[in-house]
Amino acid sequence: MPKVHLFIPCLIDQLYPEMGVALVKILRHFDFDVQYDEKVTCCGQPAFNAGQTREARTVARGTISTLCSSAISPDTPIVCPSGSCTAMVRNFYPELFAGEPEERDALSLGSRVFELSEFLARYGILDKLRGEYRKRVAFHNSCHSARELGLRDDFQALFKNIEGLELINPSKEPVCCGFGGLFCQKFEGISKGMAKTRLEQCEQSGAEVIVSNDPGCIMHLRVQAAQLGIVTPISHTTELLVAAMGL
Amino acid sequence: MNSVPSSAQQPSSKSQEARFVAASARKSEDDVHRKRLLKIISNYDSVVVAQKENQFIDWQAARTLGSRIKEHTLTNLPALLEQFEANAIKNGVNVLWAKDTAEAQQHVLDIVKRHSVKKAVKSKSMISEEILMNEFLEHQGVEVCESDLGELIQQLAGEKPYHIVTPAMHKSKEEIGELFKRTLGCEMTDNAEELTGIARDHLRGAYTTADLGISGANFLLADDGSILILENEGNARLSTACPKVHLSVAGIEKVLPSIKDLELFIPLLATSGTGQQFTAYNSIIRGPKRAGEADGPDTMYLILLDNGRTTIYSKPEVRASLSCIRCGACLNACPVYKTVGGHSYNTPYSGPIGAVITPHLKGMKEWGHLSYASSLCGACTDVCPVKIPLHHMLLTNRQEASRTNPSLFWSTALKGWAFVMKGRNRLSIGSKAAVVGSRLLSLLAPSFAKRFPQPAPRTFAQMWATGSTDRDAHGETKRGKDGK
Repeated sequence: MPKVHLFIPCLIDQLYPEMGVALVKILRHFDFDVQYDEKVTCCGQPAFNAGQTREARTVARGTISTLCSSAISPDTPIVCPSGSCTAMVRNFYPELFAGEPEERDALSLGSRVFELSEFLARYGILDKLRGEYRKRVAFHNSCHSARELGLRDDFQALFKNIEGLELINPSKEPVCCGFGGLFCQKFEGISKGMAKTRLEQCEQSGAEVIVSNDPGCIMHLRVQAAQLGIVTPISHTTELLVAAMGL
Repeated sequence: MNSVPSSAQQPSSKSQEARFVAASARKSEDDVHRKRLLKIISNYDSVVVAQKENQFIDWQAARTLGSRIKEHTLTNLPALLEQFEANAIKNGVNVLWAKDTAEAQQHVLDIVKRHSVKKAVKSKSMISEEILMNEFLEHQGVEVCESDLGELIQQLAGEKPYHIVTPAMHKSKEEIGELFKRTLGCEMTDNAEELTGIARDHLRGAYTTADLGISGANFLLADDGSILILENEGNARLSTACPKVHLSVAGIEKVLPSIKDLELFIPLLATSGTGQQFTAYNSIIRGPKRAGEADGPDTMYLILLDNGRTTIYSKPEVRASLSCIRCGACLNACPVYKTVGGHSYNTPYSGPIGAVITPHLKGMKEWGHLSYASSLCGACTDVCPVKIPLHHMLLTNRQEASRTNPSLFWSTALKGWAFVMKGRNRLSIGSKAAVVGSRLLSLLAPSFAKRFPQPAPRTFAQMWATGSTDRDAHGETKRGKDGK
């Protein structure tokens, strides 16, 4: 059985473990030997985005030392159900650890961590992925997934073999949900207004479910939708796949 | 010099950050405003997307070329500025250098006195907002008339420009009709053509009676010593040609090596600015009226303004922000700008470019908050015609701000967060505390608690450790379906 290692984002670990459980189910369904090490707590992005590189490094160091330890073969891919955390590792760790002792590991880690849809495409799973989900789904691609990782049409490919699923793109270009990490606390008013715009776009698209590949976006959209009285369910890609595949 | 306005903002006892937080929150709640901006900008988007395809075989290649030319320009900026100055002087332009607002205002005052200026007409210029040109001139007893339609509307309303390209974008035709009726004494109309006609009649007099014409400059051509003004109304042409004296103010970053670069930069600016193939009027101004010429000013001045630009120049990680051609595309792409509008920023340059450069131009301590007022979504970087990595610069600004002016609250909070996140043992204690804390909060302040997500009773790590993550692939765990 091919091995795969999990990188569970802090928000999934702490708030939405069901998304992690769904990920495990999907991977095992495709006969992966799923590994996990609880020592990985977070990618360090909250501090990095606040400009506090020292605190970001403190946390990211733990992630690097665990995922690059001898316990995990360097051939083992690491799968992450978040575009944002994947982008943090792949795009921003090299900058964060430039000139640091961990620089080499930081660079190599970036080439081994994959956002879920990337991983499934790269390991030939998309053609094997079958399921049924008879709903109109608005896909909210996270900004980091679209712009840092360059994942744009990848989600059409991900859902192509799911019968009945009507994939709606609520906007031509990806539109931010307003989360932005600490931004949504520091500038709560702006962040609310942005979520309103995004939720209105999703609602107007006639979606029955809003699905995203990032727990950060999902958290923010769920909190804001509840306050706005929007009842359209907001789920993670993994949850949709599990439902569609009947796992 | 008399006491003159020296800060670009209204005096306020509140800090700029507190002011921004309050103003932006107020605008964010205003659904009418938000929807109006979204509609206007979505019209802009469709025109611009089409124009990029019509006009460029490869838009991305054009952006790359634009950014390379600008990079080359910045690398050679001192030499190119000297070349420009020498050629401009040959063309008969009086070139003046100003290190800051005070020096620029002193130059303006000298010109006003030398030519006994009583009335000035001004074409659209954001840099004139930087040095408070209108306030300063009025303080000196000079009447100023804005000649760009949008700027005129803003001036009549007693407001600053809302956007660097479309200054009155937030106003409806009805609002403009009311404003014209009130300030110009005309009949009420909400017909755009009639409104333009009213403004035109009002402005014709200004061109012929002004002693001084003021403009900015879109580009300075080093090899030609000329300045470029791109516009759509013909007002800049009239403002710079009718009065006896023409004063242009330009940032030192506006230089381009050669007149040949215009074949790229005019379409880049026209496309990104307004979705046009070409701006309607493109004036290359090569000095004042020459012997035998019938039109044009007798004297031309050009103030080359630094005002913090060399500070940006000295910081390699943000230097490329000086490549900006002020097209406004990043404002239109920005979900924050679309939510809070232009006035919330309280600075001439709003949106992503404003959030990047203002803290350097005016001080990180007072203006650093603008660099935090972004979700770092990157839409600005995507659309910038000269590929400025705007959202990455916001990050480097935050790094500078957290080094030089850390917010006590947030830096302490993140230190605490890092302490907890450093290891699973600490985090496990934190998770348990969070569950208890969240339950307490729900009991004590249920409506406040709704603003936050609930921590899960068991973390993923705990579930994994106890084998409840469905280890056998066909286990009984059904949690997770439908996202509930």
